[in-house]
Amino acid sequence: MEDAYHAFLTQTELPQEAGTEGGILSGIRVAVKDNISTKGIETTCASKILKQYIPPYDATAVAKLKAAGAVIAGKTNMDEFGMGSTTENSAFGPALNPRDITRATGGSSGGSAAAVAGGLVPMALGSDTGGSIRCPAAWCGIVGLKPSYGRVSRFGLIAYANSFEQIGPMAANVSDCAKLFSVITGGDKKDSTSVDKPYDFAGLNPGIKGKVIGVPKEYFAEGVDPEVKETVKAAISCLESLGAVIKEVSIPSMKYALAAYYVTCTCEASSNLDRFDGVRYGEIAPEMNLPWHDAYTKVRTAGFGPEVRRRILLGTFALSAGYYGKYYVKARYARQKIAKEFAEVLTGCDMLAGPTMPNTAPKLGELMKNPLEMYQADILTVPANIAGIPAISVPCGTVRGLPVGLQLMGRMYDEETILNAALAFEEANK
Amino acid sequence: MITEEEVRHISALADITVPENELKSFTESFNAILGYFDILDTLEIEGKLERRLVNVFREDEPTESLSQEDALKNSHEPEDGYIRAPKVI
Repeated sequence: MEDAYHAFLTQTELPQEAGTEGGILSGIRVAVKDNISTKGIETTCASKILKQYIPPYDATAVAKLKAAGAVIAGKTNMDEFGMGSTTENSAFGPALNPRDITRATGGSSGGSAAAVAGGLVPMALGSDTGGSIRCPAAWCGIVGLKPSYGRVSRFGLIAYANSFEQIGPMAANVSDCAKLFSVITGGDKKDSTSVDKPYDFAGLNPGIKGKVIGVPKEYFAEGVDPEVKETVKAAISCLESLGAVIKEVSIPSMKYALAAYYVTCTCEASSNLDRFDGVRYGEIAPEMNLPWHDAYTKVRTAGFGPEVRRRILLGTFALSAGYYGKYYVKARYARQKIAKEFAEVLTGCDMLAGPTMPNTAPKLGELMKNPLEMYQADILTVPANIAGIPAISVPCGTVRGLPVGLQLMGRMYDEETILNAALAFEEANK
Repeated sequence: MITEEEVRHISALADITVPENELKSFTESFNAILGYFDILDTLEIEGKLERRLVNVFREDEPTESLSQEDALKNSHEPEDGYIRAPKVI
């Protein structure tokens, strides 16, 4: 298949598994992000350190896709190990935004978004640690859902910051997104953090009447593009005209969200990525005659890209003696406070609404100059990961010709309500 | 402020080398990010950290697992069913 957007790192055309003809995804081609293990298919996390790694097993989400009759179309491009918001941190070159190929797709699941937006596949799996499904969905003009923490098994998802991340569905429309979601949900003995709450696709309906939508004022604060604000406000008015009740709310501790997120995710990354030393997997072999620190240092320095190195070192520093209390412990308190505020606000509302991203897709290279600016692009997506709640991005118009995403965040394990609301919005704007 | 020397120390802890010619700009961006993290110092610490731990241990029920051959497939030069690693002593 022609791939003008560098959406794929590996293309495959595995035949549909025998006996799955009656499955809900029978014969449908689905792309899979390259940090999700696929038996017999190279899985690199877009990193040189995992080049040539062939997983000997399928992630649970992939096994479920196959059992539902899906055809795995290939492995999609991403920021190395999921670390980035543009897919430019891929060791194999960036993906291009099908809406404007001079612009970034968003990330880190940018290849999955480009594959769907470019019409190469109808659906794809992504993963979302701090916005990695919703950001590229918003910037490429597709639908992407970050599930509640635990609703989808993480078994076989190569860990970056495991207390935040979830595998989730991306598709051209809400119905396909919900259909793919229904296939991958459910408990899994191989993931002790999974919960057995399957999603029933038959329940999808454009129900919005009487639903209370909270609009946190922090989602329309300084730093959000004024035209993005207007577009998203118009979308919220549309939901109101469909029968929703709109209510302004506030989540004051949002101001701690980005710092709490980046402290925690870099700490987890420094531990999770410790396993990459060339011994058990990866193309770069350690020199067996060197002392082990020297041998591993050579492999890791050659294998990790600049952003991965930065996050491992930030995490190593934040966890080191004398700094642990200042960074990691504080971040945990902040996280607890933010999660509580979200839960409290969501007792009085059925869902929350705001923009997915503060801006539209940047030019390639624009955010790569300054790592902190890149991190700040995640300001509106990380809170849902911190709170563990579900969040969906659905296209709601364009600004200067570029797609804008409306973000709906729901109560824990209540994807049903935000999927229904997203469907209502989509149908009203066909 | 973290110095270049401290970055070298941290990178040794993490078994990663920051190339000498990148050390200055790396240290600068490192400090910019750590400066941003300082907002956490303004957080009022209240209450205790909740630890919602649940026991996830279960009875040992042997099931099918990876064969030794599959488990070693991605390693470099396995020998007699073992993975080879650099010398430790």
